Amino acid sequence: MLLRTINIVALPTLLFGVLIAVWSTVANQIPGFPPPMEVWNELLVVLSDPMYDNGAGDQGIALQLLSSLKRVFGGFALAIAVGIPVGLLIGMSKMAQTAFNPYIQILKPVSPLAWLPLALFVFKDVDMTAIFVIFITSIWPIIINTALGVRSVSEDYLNVAKVLQLTAFEKVFQIILPVAVPFIFTGMRLSLGIAWLVIVAAEMLTGGLGIGFWIWDEYNNLNYSHIIIGIILIGVVGYILDTIMGFIADHFDYRKRGRV
Amino acid sequence: MSAKPFLNIDHVDKIFPLGRGKEYVALRDVKLEIRENEIVSIIGHSGCGKSTLLNMIAGLDTISEGVILLEDREINAPGPERAVVFQNHSLLPWLTVYQNIEMAVRKVRDDLNAKEVKEHVMKYIDLVNLDHAKDKYPGEISGGMKQRVGIARALSIEPKVLLMDEPFGALDSLTRANLQDHLMRIQMQTGNTVIIITHDVDEAVLLSDRVIMMTNGPEATIGEILEVNLPRPRERLTLQHNEEYLRCRGAIVEFLYSKFAKHED
Repeated sequence: MLLRTINIVALPTLLFGVLIAVWSTVANQIPGFPPPMEVWNELLVVLSDPMYDNGAGDQGIALQLLSSLKRVFGGFALAIAVGIPVGLLIGMSKMAQTAFNPYIQILKPVSPLAWLPLALFVFKDVDMTAIFVIFITSIWPIIINTALGVRSVSEDYLNVAKVLQLTAFEKVFQIILPVAVPFIFTGMRLSLGIAWLVIVAAEMLTGGLGIGFWIWDEYNNLNYSHIIIGIILIGVVGYILDTIMGFIADHFDYRKRGRV
Repeated sequence: MSAKPFLNIDHVDKIFPLGRGKEYVALRDVKLEIRENEIVSIIGHSGCGKSTLLNMIAGLDTISEGVILLEDREINAPGPERAVVFQNHSLLPWLTVYQNIEMAVRKVRDDLNAKEVKEHVMKYIDLVNLDHAKDKYPGEISGGMKQRVGIARALSIEPKVLLMDEPFGALDSLTRANLQDHLMRIQMQTGNTVIIITHDVDEAVLLSDRVIMMTNGPEATIGEILEVNLPRPRERLTLQHNEEYLRCRGAIVEFLYSKFAKHED
C-alpha cells in the first residue's frame, strides 16, 4: 500500500525529469526554442494577471480560455439538444435508423476544418461559425451512443412496459432513458473532448478572442514560450472538463451507485 | 363450477413463418378451459411451446389460429389484468423494491391517491414478507427475494390471472421450496387464478389443482390433463408419502419419460 503511494508520486516525477531533460536538449539544438525555466517564468507572469482586458486582441489568459469555453458549451449544448432526441429516435425505430445511418456514416468522418469555410460563408460571424463547427463535429458520438443505449434496453423491461400498458411517453422516461443515460453520458464525454479539440483549430482560422487564436497570435509575435503555455493550459482545461463530465456521468449511472 | 370457463383457450395454433413459404408449427389445436381461482401448471419438455402458450395468454405473442377468451373477452394485446412473473424477475434495477411495485400500482390504479398508493404497495410488500428490504435495490437482494418482488409487483395490480413463466427455475432448490410455500400461502389469501409454466414434476404436483402435460414439438399440443386431488393447505413434508401425491407424480413421470420421452441428441 505504501509502496503503491510512493509509486503514484515517484513514477510521474521520474518521467517529468526525463521530459525536462529532452525538452532542454531540444531547446539547446533549436535557436529560439524556449527552455523549461523560461516557460516556467513566463507561465507565472501569464497567470499572475489572467483577467486583464486591454481591449480586443489583448486580454488575459483566463478571458481567452473563458471565451473558448463559451463557444464550446454553445456548440456542445446544441449537440446535446439535437443529438439525444435523434439518438432516441434511431434507437427506437428501425426505419429511422435505416434513414439516418448513411448520412451519419458519411458526415461523421468529415474534419471540422472542412465545415469552417461553409459556416463562415453562411453565418458571417465568428462566434456562430465556431459554435456550428463544434455542433456538427461533436453531435455524432451523442447520436451513436444514445441509439446504442436505447437498443441495449432488455426485452424483459419492454415486456414489463407492455403488460403495464405504458404509453410511448412513459416508456421513454420510465424504461428507456434510465437504461440509456449512462450511454448518453459516454457519448457526451467523447463529444466534449472533440469540442475542445475543435475549438483550438477553429479559433486559429477565425481569429478574434480565444485560446486557439491566442496561440496563433503568439506565433506571429514570435513568442514561443506562450505557445507552449497555451498547449499546457489547453491540456489542463481539457483534463478538467473530462473529469467533471466523468463525475457527472457516474452520478447519473444507476450501476455506479453501489449496486449492480 | 360456472357454465362458462373463466379463461378459455379455444383451438389455438402457433405458427412461425420461416420464410420462402415454409413454416414451423409450434402449437397445434391447443384447447383448455381454466376455472377461476384455479392453480394450473403446464409441464413439458423444452421446446414444447409451453412458454409460447403463456406468452399468447399474456398477449406478448400473437395467436396464429383460434382464440383465447378471458371472461368472454378476446385477448389480442398485453394488459394488466394478466400480470406476468418473468423467469428472470425483470425488476428495473434503477428502482428500489418499493419503487418497482409503486411504478406498477401508479400506472394501473390511477384511482388511488398518494396515501392509498403507499398503503397498497406496502400491503403487497408485506404479503411477500419483504418489509425489511423495501428500500433496497434489486442488485442488493438475493435471487429468491427478487422473485418475491416480481410476484408482489404482479399481484399489486390485482390481475384476474397471474401468469408465471418458470418463476423459480433460476433458483436453488431450497429457495425454490421457500417460494413455492410463499406462493401457495398468497394464493390462498388472494384467491388468484394462476398459470405456472414449469419443468419440475414435484413443483407441478405440489402447487397445482390441475397439471397440463404437453406433448413434444413440432405441433405440440395438450397430451393429458391431471387432476390433483390434494386438500389445501398442502405441506410438502406430509405429502412425501401421500398416495395421491405419489399417484400424480407417477403419472407425470410416466408421461414425460415414457409416453413422450425426449431424447436430446
